[in-house]
Amino acid sequence: MSIEQRSWVAANSSGNARAVIERGFKVIRNQNWIVIVSGFFEPVFYLLAMGFGLGQLIGEVTGPGGRPIPYAAFIAPALLATSAMNGAIYDSTWNVFFKLRFAKLYQGMLATSLGPLDVAIGEIFMALFRGFLYALGFTAVIALLGLATSWWALAMIPVALLIALGFAALGMAITSYFTTFQQMDWINIALLPMFMFSATLFPISVFPEPVQWFVMALPLWHGVELMRQLSVGHFEASTAVHLGYFVIMSLAGIAFTTRRLRSLFLR
Amino acid sequence: MRGLSRSALSVAVDKVSRVPVIEARDLTKVYGELRAVDAISFEVASGESFGLLGPNGAGKSTTMRMIGGTSLRTSGTLLVNGLDPEVNGPEVRANLGVVPQTDNLDGELRARENLVMYGRYFGLPYSYLNPKADELLAFAQLTEKAGEKVDNLSGGMKRRLTIARALVNEPRVLLLDEPTTGLDPQARHILWDRLFRLKEQGVTLIVTTHFMDEAEQLCDRLIVIDHGRIVAEGSPPTLIRQYATREVLELRFGSERNGTLVDQLRDLGRLEVLPDRVLLYTDDGEAALAAVHHRGLVPVTSLVRRSSLEDVFLRLTGRSLID
Repeated sequence: MSIEQRSWVAANSSGNARAVIERGFKVIRNQNWIVIVSGFFEPVFYLLAMGFGLGQLIGEVTGPGGRPIPYAAFIAPALLATSAMNGAIYDSTWNVFFKLRFAKLYQGMLATSLGPLDVAIGEIFMALFRGFLYALGFTAVIALLGLATSWWALAMIPVALLIALGFAALGMAITSYFTTFQQMDWINIALLPMFMFSATLFPISVFPEPVQWFVMALPLWHGVELMRQLSVGHFEASTAVHLGYFVIMSLAGIAFTTRRLRSLFLR
Repeated sequence: MRGLSRSALSVAVDKVSRVPVIEARDLTKVYGELRAVDAISFEVASGESFGLLGPNGAGKSTTMRMIGGTSLRTSGTLLVNGLDPEVNGPEVRANLGVVPQTDNLDGELRARENLVMYGRYFGLPYSYLNPKADELLAFAQLTEKAGEKVDNLSGGMKRRLTIARALVNEPRVLLLDEPTTGLDPQARHILWDRLFRLKEQGVTLIVTTHFMDEAEQLCDRLIVIDHGRIVAEGSPPTLIRQYATREVLELRFGSERNGTLVDQLRDLGRLEVLPDRVLLYTDDGEAALAAVHHRGLVPVTSLVRRSSLEDVFLRLTGRSLID
């Protein structure tokens, strides 16, 4: 580390993000378990309604590598990617915004020797931990319903965390620009169509080519494709591209959030 | 208070130390068009009780946040225990206790957990924090409420818990932003008592308030701030001597007549006409009242009292502190 970097860290961190994480676990222990479990059910309900309900009408579709798979098996990995995105975005935007402006939680933390970097690391860690629990649960559901046909499906769990990290890092940086609840609503306006049109519920081939290029530029599509390939253990060159997309997005998001840290937490 | 252990000897040494705990030079904070804090300079000595006095929006809280390094200054220099809070925020805050204007207790934790977890943020070990939390609960008279949810505590209890929380790291400097706003008189006196004890132990207190009686009770020295600028500085008695007379005669003639009688009272002393009353500054209030009666003016009510910081503020800014 250069001298400037070292002094930047000294100004923004006491190296005690662990205390923020400890607080997160204490809160989870105090919380009603129903609140936590509710986040797990959302993708499960989608899977049951769309996958098995709507799936009755659809039957089999073309899966990764051109092999036919049941419709439920087609959308299950996409729902896992979406739920990783939604959870991470919720935690890094709405949750951060609320704790910052209304609960004044961070105001209290930042009056101690914690710095903004400690708070950011601790909160992103907690978002990932929750994402990990949901990914674990949903992967188990997929396996129990016989929708995963390869041991590679287990890799969906760490990949869900990578997707969550990419979205959480970016989400926190974006939150630093927001000052009102109305602005926060824009996040939902961006997320819902991304969920609908990122080849989650139907293949990307239904779109005209220019639209396909647009969808392929969006992060969720890469997450969906990556999960789908893992669920059946089919790999091709694009697998590395999808993975690379999220590695770069995570690094860029962390760099972005780091730059915005003082604007977010100090006024 | 028992147990907030600090040896009497070290207190005596601390108290006379001349090294400034806080040194502010031309400290300025600009929000867009607003100069919230406008080139203020002051020093606070170790063990001193220092007040920032001024109406709402004068720049008191902003100054407090800059001291803690959670608000970035626009210009000027600021040293807290010899360190710049923007450059060494975590290190500066390790020796600071902060009581914010509005309670920001952690609503997802219980009362005692709030104390312990806050100590964890300072990197303190549980072996220190467990006994410390019990001690602080006793100090704040909240021992029975240890396991209570924060939301179920009364306003006064929350305030006491917030102050107890600020003491968990045994700070050398305690920043109190309007500590008793919203408390009933009894709760205020309990709190003042607790703060006196801390002061006796050599803790430097920095208090913002818009209550004159609070400033008179707590502060050795204070600055009066208005529109981000320092308009006066000194100890409460000095300021009163300098800017007010010994006594004040308050006269109420009824809101319509208050203004019209000014000419007939002018020669009796300096006048301040407020919407509901006329204040007459004089060294002998009773004599002035006799003179008023002698002129055939009959106020609805009258009151002779000692001058206070409120009068100083009125003199300096032409308006009352609490609008």
